[in-house]
Amino acid sequence: MNAQVSINESVLELTSDGPRLKGMRCKNCGNHVFPYQGGCPKCTGSDVEPVLLGTHGTLWAWTIQGFPPKAPPYLGETDPDKFKPYGVGYVELPGEVKVEARLTESDPTRLKIGMAMDLTLVPLCKDDDGNDMVTFAFSPSTKGDA
Amino acid sequence: MSEVAIVGIGMHEFGRHEGVSGMEQGAIAVRRACADAGVEWKDIQFAFGGSSAAGAPDTMVSQLGLTGLQFINVQNGCATGGSALFSAYNTIMSGAYDLGIAIGFDKHERGAFRVETKAREGRDWYGGSGMALTTQFFGMKINRYMQENNISQRSLARVAAKAMRNGSMNPMAWRRKALTEEEVLQSQMLSYPLTQYMFCSPGEGGVALILARADQAHKYTKNPIYLQSAVVRSRRFGSFEVLAPSLSLEYGEGPTVDASKAAFEQAGIGPKDIDLAQLQDTESGAEVMHMAENGFCEHGEQESMLEKGETEIGGRFPVNTDGGCLANGEPVGASGLRQVYENVLQLRGDAGPRQVPNDPKVAYTHVYGAPGISGVTILSR
Repeated sequence: MNAQVSINESVLELTSDGPRLKGMRCKNCGNHVFPYQGGCPKCTGSDVEPVLLGTHGTLWAWTIQGFPPKAPPYLGETDPDKFKPYGVGYVELPGEVKVEARLTESDPTRLKIGMAMDLTLVPLCKDDDGNDMVTFAFSPSTKGDA
Repeated sequence: MSEVAIVGIGMHEFGRHEGVSGMEQGAIAVRRACADAGVEWKDIQFAFGGSSAAGAPDTMVSQLGLTGLQFINVQNGCATGGSALFSAYNTIMSGAYDLGIAIGFDKHERGAFRVETKAREGRDWYGGSGMALTTQFFGMKINRYMQENNISQRSLARVAAKAMRNGSMNPMAWRRKALTEEEVLQSQMLSYPLTQYMFCSPGEGGVALILARADQAHKYTKNPIYLQSAVVRSRRFGSFEVLAPSLSLEYGEGPTVDASKAAFEQAGIGPKDIDLAQLQDTESGAEVMHMAENGFCEHGEQESMLEKGETEIGGRFPVNTDGGCLANGEPVGASGLRQVYENVLQLRGDAGPRQVPNDPKVAYTHVYGAPGISGVTILSR
């Protein structure tokens, strides 16, 4: 089996306990942002720290990507005959931030605002060394309410 | 009384134009605007030019004539045209010059906008992951809005069908074939709940507007149109914007609400005083949401307004009389100025078969786009 590699370790860390998103927390006002940045858009302060964001949340908004995105920048399948639609949404991580992410579900009848979601990974492509490059996604929760 | 008037307008047809550069389309719009105002290029004292993908606007002086005028380029996302107009308006307001021009043009590749972003380090993970599409934002925003405000997919189809109907009466429009609501609903699902014909396409075109001090306007035209306000606003904390990898937990109003309020304040009037409006319709849902965000109705009221045809050309409050972005496409640098061009035609009474009846006197434009920016103008006779 090939090794999994993150699309970008500075935003998505593959830990032994599963994937984690790397965000920012403002030490002054407590506001969170994803990905990490050097200043707070809420209080305008710059006393911020990197944090690993939570992995469970609720679906806040969603759509289905119905056509292949352009490459570059897209690293996944762009052949119209092989492309499969995928969900995209904002997942609200309690007490932190709403993160935009791919969804593993692409059937509009199975997506509902407010449903519980868990962080997971989806494959994108092979990297130059033949490893499986992955990015983050949320899937409908198997653990009940977030 | 406003101190700035639009005294000349020029446009290059929107659409696809093989073998004509975006800048040439801008230059053609400039010549047409000069002809409309009865001036020559050498009479123009200053210019603000905007384009996002078709080259540095100030280089067009080599086509138009090297007169040495002050020419400043503006680049401000989807509000590029609006920002050029805002800058020209304020240049005249300041007293620095008496006669100037705002120019916008563009030429984009086919298909959805390609958005490449620079990560702090490493690979472009945002676009690389299959996000960073403006179409996704519009799908997500209207999908949530429809649920919160009881808007049906039929309403989205009504907006698109109206746009194509209006576009069919506009010789400058790209899409001039009327489409039925069924054809709109049955076209390919691009970003749920939005289908192909509910979206505008990036395109090509150019627009130029000549502005003068209001007290000198009659030297150039018998029909000056006065610019009562020109406002551009960026987003505040808590708003839901295009191309945002994360959003705050707080959920507040966006830049459209802010720009609209500021524009009404500047003009000293309110939404009830507006006779017609051109509202950003990147897709059908955007027009629906922007009707409320600009203060023209309550959230949710759009459903019955569309059902009753109130936003049709002959309706109570006509919206996007030239077919909007849906029928004209979106050459980013020119799009906001296209809206103003249409309102000038309507207020002059020169809009031909799509003329709004009953002698409209006050008209409104609104652009919205990446990365969360809105531009509003209010024009009057």
